[in-house]
Amino acid sequence: MAIYDQYKEKDGKPKGQEAENLAEKNQPQALGRQSIHFKQPVYLIESASVVGTKEGKGPLGDLFDVVLTDDLNGCENWEDAESTLQRDAIYTTLQKADFRSENVRYLFAGDLLGQSIASTFGIMTFEIPLFGLYGACSTCGLSLSLASMTIAGGFADYVMCVTSSHFASAEKEFRYPLEYGNQRPLSASWTVTGSAAFLLSNKKKEGARAVITGITSGKIVDYGLKDSMNMGACMAPAAADVIYRHMRDFSTKPEEYDRIITGDLGLVGQTALLDLLRKKGIDISGRHMDCGIEIFDDKTQDTHAGGSGCGCAAAVLSAYILRKLEEGTWKKVLFVPTGALLSKVSFNEGKTVPGIAHAVVIEGV
Amino acid sequence: MENEKENKIEREKEYQEYVKEITPTHNLWLQMLKAFLVGGIICCIGQFILNYAEGMGLDKDTAGSWCSLILVFLSVLLTGLNIYPSIVKFGGGGALVPITGFANSVSAAAIEYKKEGQVFGVGSKIFTIAGPVILYGIFTSWVLGVLYFIASAVK
Repeated sequence: MAIYDQYKEKDGKPKGQEAENLAEKNQPQALGRQSIHFKQPVYLIESASVVGTKEGKGPLGDLFDVVLTDDLNGCENWEDAESTLQRDAIYTTLQKADFRSENVRYLFAGDLLGQSIASTFGIMTFEIPLFGLYGACSTCGLSLSLASMTIAGGFADYVMCVTSSHFASAEKEFRYPLEYGNQRPLSASWTVTGSAAFLLSNKKKEGARAVITGITSGKIVDYGLKDSMNMGACMAPAAADVIYRHMRDFSTKPEEYDRIITGDLGLVGQTALLDLLRKKGIDISGRHMDCGIEIFDDKTQDTHAGGSGCGCAAAVLSAYILRKLEEGTWKKVLFVPTGALLSKVSFNEGKTVPGIAHAVVIEGV
Repeated sequence: MENEKENKIEREKEYQEYVKEITPTHNLWLQMLKAFLVGGIICCIGQFILNYAEGMGLDKDTAGSWCSLILVFLSVLLTGLNIYPSIVKFGGGGALVPITGFANSVSAAAIEYKKEGQVFGVGSKIFTIAGPVILYGIFTSWVLGVLYFIASAVK
């Protein structure tokens, strides 16, 4: 206990202004059951997105920082290619912010492959202390939540988040070899080849893109669906749950947000989400947006329900959502990446496909 | 507690039915027509090869072997050129069920897992999709063989 003594006055209690500061500091930031409202804003200093060729041809194609000309990105295999997506996303972010990787205290990273192997080989050269995460396609929200908490808790001045997914490596991990012929159902989504990195800080440099003011962390929600080709419907209950909980915890209404943005629910999941929330008395139909629906044009790109994957929500946040906040078109959004929790083994063993979602409040600076 | 469990099952059932309602599906009749066309075309090509080989003076068995061989070769070639997946996407079962679909499933796995090495990659994973067909194909023919044996013994 001796180590704490230096913080105390001689009689063991802090006094005057110092006591007030301490009281202010110790006021709980936790809100309601699952939320945190940050007292000190967490700044999203800079970000960068890297996407594959198909995403580059999509409706948001011009907005991404880097669009690959070859989905292998000069590598021998898909896993390595995905790693280079993360590497390039971090590198571009640091370059844009004119920042050195040595000054980044922690890195929160994740992807969809077994044992998060794409992250490992993508980020090790940066030598930043790492927290490897898995939240399926919700990992972007998960990493931003933990990174914000780390900064708000005073444990670091600068932290980074990075997530990625690759169509080919995900097909291999969860479905079939790439050249195997099969018919995808209309409810299936198309894994986005992409990655985005974010640099967060408690200090506002002259060009912070946005500010994170709160989070609501989701729990696993299982409505008993077993169809891995309809992940939107599997994840919609989790998204509905976390959005509902967010509104309760923050005592707020959908009207206070310019957009409520889910990660990769797709067309089927969107319908389900709107209906599930309507049942709970919340109407977000006018202001809901889904990154998976935005990133591809189903009519010309044959992607069915929409895009999915860790890279989907991350790349759209970096390239599109943050831009809208910077421009001032939107003032405040609720960013809710969604994940379907399954593995090839759990699916074959007849398990259900539960969902999870993490909400992050992002506001314009 | 019991009540809660029932509620959960009820909620799940309700949601599953709801999801079924809102999920779009392919038109079955249109899919069947496409499968019929594509499957028919593949079989016609097979018949053409068979007739041509017999016309060259080969006996029926040898001509049949050439027919399978050429169809498998074409399928593997089209798989390598990434054309076969598009054919299956259009024709569905019509392109999956003939021998060409089988060849596609083997060669696609070979291409994908080559990077993991000749033994643990290609060697152990080449039949990941075709494996069940081989296993249960052989098993079924064994069962039929036994039945045939019993039937001929009784007679």
